[in-house]
Amino acid sequence: MTLLKVSGIETYYGKIQALKGVSLDVEQGKIVTILGANGAGKTTTMKTIAGLLKPKSGTVEFLGENITGLRPDQLVKRGISLVPEGRAILSGMTVMENLEMGAYQRNDKEIAKDLEDVMQRFPILKERKNQLGGTLSGGQQQMLAIARALLSRPKLLLLDEPSMGLAPLIVADIFKIIKEIKDSGTTVLVVEQNARQALKIADYGYVLETGKVIVHGPSHELLEDPRIMEAYLGKKSE
Amino acid sequence: MLLEQIINGITLGSIYAIVALGFTLVFGVLGIINMAHGEIFMFGAFIGVTVTSTLGLPIWMAFLAAIAATAILGYLLEQFALRPLRGKKGVSHLAPLISTIGVSIFLENLSHHLFGAGNHPFKSSFAEIHYTIGSITIYLVQILIFVISVILMIALSYWLSKTKAGKALRATAENLETASILGVNTKQIITLTVIIASAMGGIAGILVGMAFNSVNPQMGLSIGLKGLAIIILGGMGNVKGAMAGGLILGLAETFIVAYGDSGYRDAIAFIAIIVILLIRPQGLFGKKTSEGRP
Ligand SMILES: Nc1ncnc2c1ncn2[C@@H]1O[C@H](COP(=O)(O)OP(=O)(O)O)[C@@H](O)[C@H]1O
Ligand SMILES: [Mg+2]
Repeated sequence: MTLLKVSGIETYYGKIQALKGVSLDVEQGKIVTILGANGAGKTTTMKTIAGLLKPKSGTVEFLGENITGLRPDQLVKRGISLVPEGRAILSGMTVMENLEMGAYQRNDKEIAKDLEDVMQRFPILKERKNQLGGTLSGGQQQMLAIARALLSRPKLLLLDEPSMGLAPLIVADIFKIIKEIKDSGTTVLVVEQNARQALKIADYGYVLETGKVIVHGPSHELLEDPRIMEAYLGKKSE
Repeated sequence: MLLEQIINGITLGSIYAIVALGFTLVFGVLGIINMAHGEIFMFGAFIGVTVTSTLGLPIWMAFLAAIAATAILGYLLEQFALRPLRGKKGVSHLAPLISTIGVSIFLENLSHHLFGAGNHPFKSSFAEIHYTIGSITIYLVQILIFVISVILMIALSYWLSKTKAGKALRATAENLETASILGVNTKQIITLTVIIASAMGGIAGILVGMAFNSVNPQMGLSIGLKGLAIIILGGMGNVKGAMAGGLILGLAETFIVAYGDSGYRDAIAFIAIIVILLIRPQGLFGKKTSEGRP
């Protein structure tokens, strides 16, 4: 089943056109990755899906409903949660308050239990729960950002370059966590520069170049395509 | 008498703190100085005069009426003077500031029309009630002002740190985009913030009316500038800073009048700003690096 269907979106920054008709499908229960060089339009795509940017044309459908142009908070309600590039931790609020904000729209009785679960899964967050978010290291902030996004109980988790700026060991941790998130039933759309590692956990992927999808296919095909690996996934992958 | 001056200073300072809190809340969320805050405050004072002196109703009704009226003014300010300028391409970042200056001039003129120029006494039945302990005289009004201010400050602090809406306000103040992807309807939170700030201004207006027994259409400007001085003193957008800054200014003014030259009373706020900015540019409670807002 298609959870998210993006059709021909064109998004602008003023007069600059960043997306020139991007289309992609995210199947329920999968990890889907968006790859591409710096400036290709990956973040713009994620922000458009999450409602932070409005496309000039094209549509975004979620569970069959047209959600184009809805506000971010309306999309959180429908089950879309974004972990933005740079993590966006609320640095003046405590780790616990950051987590609570993740559950902002919920009113159910299980919030306390979910908070407890999250801190079980990320013990470092429990340890630091009364510290300000800004005092965490980069890796800890990424864990917090992911945990916070999960607290809204999303159907679709959007991750924009979760491994950016992190040490290799922590990057491996993050990819393991993404895999676990999928296994627990949440669909993931992840933007990465770390192409090889992303394709290892993803079911399929899209490669963006200057605002367009130029190739897409199952991960193993993208991984085996030497042309793509060289031309679009860069020397960064090792 | 020293103790009496301290009581006077705290009374004045707690009013200043309430005014400054209104400024700082709006600055925190919108990153703008609301130059109409002083005039909203002045409207609150006039509503208080009208309800008590003109209509002869009890003081608690004056508070309710002032809160309601200034909350509505806050809503209108956001709806018609601030929101239309937000997020639009090509709108200068100074536009909202100028817009609030426009609203402040409008409100001042409006109050001339509605209430007339000149001073209006604040006749409330208990303005003269006072207690004498030894050589110290304390007016009931002073106690009332202090108690209301403290309750307001405690309530606001609690609301900001413990409630869901308060946390959403802080998240919005720190980063609008982040708050929105966490599910906060930031438009609603901004409106709520301007309404709460304005209502606090309205309450402060009545308190000042009671304290000085005088209300006039120009009172908004001077209190507005002082509120501004206080949030620079305390650290822009900082709630604790606004409270402490208000108290410091209130005490400083009172002592200047009592033991120095009363002619410098209104200058003290601005002398304090200059000194603070030289020594601690981020304000007493502000963080060293300005973060969040470009
Ligand atoms: N705020 C902005 N204003 C103007 N242009 C932008 C802005 N953000 C991104 N762009 C431009 O849009 C294009 C796509 O950017 P982005 O989506 O951030 O790429 P990626 O995430 O793939 O690195 C780039 O050419 C970039 O320069
Ligand atoms: Mg990017």
